[in-house]
Amino acid sequence: MKRVLLILSVLALGAMSLYGAGGDMGVQGQRGVNTSAIVMFLLFVGATLGITYWAAKRTKTAKDFYTAGGGITGFQNGLAIAGDYMSAASFLGISGMVYMSGYDGLIYSIGFLVGWPIILFMVAEQLRNLGKYTFADVASYRLGQKEIRSLAAIGSLVTVILYLIAQMVGAGQLIKVLFGLDYEIAVVLVGILMILYVTFGGMLATTWVQIIKAVLLLSGASFIAVAVLAHFNFSLEALFAEAVNIKHTLSIGANAAADLAREANATAAYAASAIDANATVIEAAKSASEELVKAEKAAKTAGVNIMAPGGLVSDPISAISLGLALMLGTAGLPHILMRFFTVADAKEARKSVFFATGFIGYFYMLTFIIGFGAIVLLTNNPQFFDEAGKLIGGTNMAAIHLSQAVGGDLFLGFISAVAFATILAVVSGLTLSGASAVSHDLYASVFAKGKVDEAKEMKVSKIATVALGVLAILLGIAFQEQNVAFMVGLAFSIAASSNFPVLFLSIYWSKLTTRGAVIGGSLGLATAIVLVILGPTVWVDTLKHATAIFPYKYPAIFSVTVAFVGIWFFSITDKSERAKLDKEGFEAQNIRCQTGIGADGATAH
Amino acid sequence: MDQMMIEKIKSNPKYQELVAKRSSFALKLTIIMLVMYYAFILVIAFDKALLGVSLSGGVTTVGIPVGIAIIVISFVLTGIYTNKANTEFDDLTNAVKDDVAKWSK
Repeated sequence: MKRVLLILSVLALGAMSLYGAGGDMGVQGQRGVNTSAIVMFLLFVGATLGITYWAAKRTKTAKDFYTAGGGITGFQNGLAIAGDYMSAASFLGISGMVYMSGYDGLIYSIGFLVGWPIILFMVAEQLRNLGKYTFADVASYRLGQKEIRSLAAIGSLVTVILYLIAQMVGAGQLIKVLFGLDYEIAVVLVGILMILYVTFGGMLATTWVQIIKAVLLLSGASFIAVAVLAHFNFSLEALFAEAVNIKHTLSIGANAAADLAREANATAAYAASAIDANATVIEAAKSASEELVKAEKAAKTAGVNIMAPGGLVSDPISAISLGLALMLGTAGLPHILMRFFTVADAKEARKSVFFATGFIGYFYMLTFIIGFGAIVLLTNNPQFFDEAGKLIGGTNMAAIHLSQAVGGDLFLGFISAVAFATILAVVSGLTLSGASAVSHDLYASVFAKGKVDEAKEMKVSKIATVALGVLAILLGIAFQEQNVAFMVGLAFSIAASSNFPVLFLSIYWSKLTTRGAVIGGSLGLATAIVLVILGPTVWVDTLKHATAIFPYKYPAIFSVTVAFVGIWFFSITDKSERAKLDKEGFEAQNIRCQTGIGADGATAH
Repeated sequence: MDQMMIEKIKSNPKYQELVAKRSSFALKLTIIMLVMYYAFILVIAFDKALLGVSLSGGVTTVGIPVGIAIIVISFVLTGIYTNKANTEFDDLTNAVKDDVAKWSK
């Protein structure tokens, strides 16, 4: 086993250094090849493979594999949770969003953060007291094992796979821009490394990869933010004023361009309307009118008010629905919930959330400053823009370009390597939780009905890890040209509409029955998926229909309601024998939930 | 856990105190969070301009300190809960556990 790990690692490292060398000679990405980025990334990979080797020696039992033996401290787990949560999507996506529309980025950050206190007050210690390896342990504590675990496993896998696709596609595109590697190679590389971490090092390696990455990301982002603030003598007002000024100038320029385009369009249209107008004139008129549409659009974007809520959240239903999805979705993400089983007891579980909330909140403040810094330091600097006047690599690259603007090539290399590391760490956590849903919930409990030895279960989880890794690679390549931005949103909506209601009511509602949970949870899941497909993000943006059948981007307000009402209705009308057992089991469950009597402890290493 | 033990724990005053105190404390903090966050979301939904008012004549708007305050308050509330639960509630929990250990002998 260890030898296999060694050989695979050497192969992976060898392949990467070859690409590093090849890159120097010819491969040209949009940014050219960044040697310092490749060196720093190789250092990260080397160190994490070392950790995986160390963790592999300590990962013997199923408990070690799923939960690192339950011996992670609250502080470490807090950092690891923050690491899971500070994905490349939130680092690059939110700073890019602030760069584009200012205050709207902060609205998203706040939504992502406010789920955490709720998790602490409502589910963190309850999870720790009742569960062992997966959140399905808790949801199925007193309910029908087979039914609830199947539902929870499906909810977990759907969430994990959607999240994985978004991360893989993001990884491929990011690496293409940063390192000049081919998209496919980047995706395969991420897949292989993630399989190595998870199969050999289990939760222990995954946790430490996550911790290292969180520390690197927090330090890097702090450096960028401080460098930006230093430009303005640490006055936020001065930073904001300059950003507003730049956006204003852009808007005047864009408006002037739009005026010119309008004039040109009128002249061309007049010429084209003449009886003897030839094809060239008509063609010119057509292109003038296209130019006008573009210029007007540019003028509109440039004129956005970056210091107040703008167009991102357009109507009340969308605003409330987004808020609901972000808040409850966090409390239903399987890879996040799983982290609560890695600590020894309820005390450490609470500390984990406290530290995680602190790190995540601090990080979001940094991304806000970084976004504004990008407006100020990138906008008038042509080296960061292509011929069409677009930021090279898209607005998601704002933080990356800014790192070069404030810290030069070496620091750009560091941030690029950190961004890659971030993706690796997040996909590892996702894959581990997906694999546990397959091995612990589907295989051990549903398929083998609990009659399975640990070695067999672990073997299945490793096979599941490899399978998920390969699937992630294939899906990452298949979705290369697709817009995957909606997938994380969909994952949050599903988590909020199926995983969370079932978990929450299983902990708190004594009258919950198996039938209610299964039917209500499935309805929530189906509603979320159907409404996203019929909504603007898929129906219009992906499938190219003219108008959406369901008008809102975020379905949570409807799908969460459907789930809760469904669970309630099909529980209270449930008169079966199973329902009697379900309700009888509540008291014993509640005592363990409240006190932790009988809960799993940590194993000593 | 057999039915007798369940009844015994349920009627233990320390257990009742633990459950009552923790539930009401957790509920209060949850309500503070929900009210704070949804007030923010509803302002965005119905009256965006309110957050766009200048704070003190400059470009910084009211929305900035409000946003930062929500982040800071969220963190502070997790600190308050963790502190109280890890001391007061855990002391009560341990007292209940001691009783259970005595009964089990």
